[in-house]
Amino acid sequence: MTIDNAESEGQGVAAEAVIAQPGKEPRHIWRMVAIWLVLSAVLDPLFYILVGPHVPPGTMTSAAKDNQFDFNILLVAALPVFLAVWVYLAYSAVVWRASRKGAPEPVGGAQARTHLGVQVGWIVTTTVIVLGLFAFGTVEVITKAGSGGGEGPNPIWTPTSATILPVQVIAQQWKFTYRYPTFGGFESQQLIVPNNTTIAFHVTSLDVIHGFWAYELSIKADANPQQDNVAYATTRQTGSVTVRCEELCGLWHGAMFNYGKVVSKAAFMAWAKSTEAGTAANTKLLPPFAYTYVPDANGSDGGYYPDNVDPYSNSEVYGAKPAAS
Amino acid sequence: MSFGGRLSVVLGLFVVAAGLAVWAVVGFMLPTTPTVDFTAAQPSGAPVDLTVQTVGTIGFGAHPTWVSYLVKNPSGQWVHSTVWKVPAHTRINLTIEQYDSGSPLRNQQWGLVAGTTGGVATLNGKPIALYDSNSGNGVGHTFSIPTLGISVPLVGIADDAKNPCSQAPCTTDFDHNVIKVSFVTPGPGEYPWQCYVPCGLGFLYGNGGPMSTLGYMGGFLDVTA
Ligand SMILES: [Cu+2]
Ligand SMILES: [Cu+2]
Repeated sequence: MTIDNAESEGQGVAAEAVIAQPGKEPRHIWRMVAIWLVLSAVLDPLFYILVGPHVPPGTMTSAAKDNQFDFNILLVAALPVFLAVWVYLAYSAVVWRASRKGAPEPVGGAQARTHLGVQVGWIVTTTVIVLGLFAFGTVEVITKAGSGGGEGPNPIWTPTSATILPVQVIAQQWKFTYRYPTFGGFESQQLIVPNNTTIAFHVTSLDVIHGFWAYELSIKADANPQQDNVAYATTRQTGSVTVRCEELCGLWHGAMFNYGKVVSKAAFMAWAKSTEAGTAANTKLLPPFAYTYVPDANGSDGGYYPDNVDPYSNSEVYGAKPAAS
Repeated sequence: MSFGGRLSVVLGLFVVAAGLAVWAVVGFMLPTTPTVDFTAAQPSGAPVDLTVQTVGTIGFGAHPTWVSYLVKNPSGQWVHSTVWKVPAHTRINLTIEQYDSGSPLRNQQWGLVAGTTGGVATLNGKPIALYDSNSGNGVGHTFSIPTLGISVPLVGIADDAKNPCSQAPCTTDFDHNVIKVSFVTPGPGEYPWQCYVPCGLGFLYGNGGPMSTLGYMGGFLDVTA
């Protein structure tokens, strides 16, 4: 079939449509609404029950669980919109298909012009959806005390838990290392954190901007040089964690990842104590724990942590003594 | 033009565009330095001896003033390449001749020998597990495979060395340190390796130039089955 043929067939249908009697047609809109209602009522709960628990980022931390819930609400809100579009499309394709005898012109006819109901309905529906999601998101981010994102050096939402384990994330081209200030300030290539614990990630960088994204922990915080970016998570399950850099940071950005672990509190203590002891000789050579470090931007002569810069942010001080003022 | 004719023009243009995109992406991803193959150099399963050198200025090619690694190919010639093909699950005996001077590390963490057999290296024959980069000659470069947790500090030669090498390939007549480590390769895959010392002098944070160009301070360990 050539395109020319198809066009002439189309014109034939249009001609027939003009002849078709208005008013004789069934109430298409209400049929579509009925189909849409039934599909939404069936598929939305099915989606929430069957797919919901598998929606990223899982439930390994309270932040992850809250974010999964929010994503599910967004998806449950989006599914009826998706269905509305496809029901309309499918209904139109079947009922107003060109080959159907006497098919009316579905759009562009007199009825479709400046239809107040359609216009008002469209504006009201989309406004309600958008403002509703805005209100939902705002309430969620406030009542759940953030979403696991970096909150900067002076976090707005601080956890209420009595104990908080600080872990410093140090990004550099092209590797993350982790410092544990409450265990003598040792540094490790491994990210190991205990279960059922609130963790304050202090994210910083020694060179360019990186991004600390611990996917299963639902933590995403920019790693900026000379910035202490704090993000909180409370672990609730043991398991493996994928850490990726999420700011394009140079040649080996794509290789800047590692796998961490959430382990039992006992296993964490054992690991932390043995690593603290095992790396004590190196820890002595590291600079004292600080929230930010100031390397020399000009390159290779070390120039690491100059004395004249106050390395402490004013958010929290864990174990380490603040610089004398 | 007929429908078939128009369709073939569209398809033809699409194929050309897709081809260009694939060519650009593959061209960007493919290493530009030659691959040196160590898989056929010895009987399968036998340890692979890999000898490399680091030089302060390579002295030839597109960037003669840049720092660089070089590798000795199986027939014993020094080659300017950082892509090395080695067999999987095989012990690699790595010898690094370090002809460059050193400085304190930006992160002393890389003074630790990590991920090697026994967690140690030998520096001029003496075992070391940790090097204080704020002491002695400091660290010139590191040989590090981040995804495997391997990192070895390459202790620098003295700043006032009597006989420094300024033109690669350097012979052992020049001042140098010899660092040796062993490690076992994992399963097949491409494992990027790099240096943690921001040795790209004159580039922002020292991480541009040779640090960000394949063939100088980084490459791939191309591990094959
Ligand atoms: Cu990065
Ligand atoms: Cu280097």
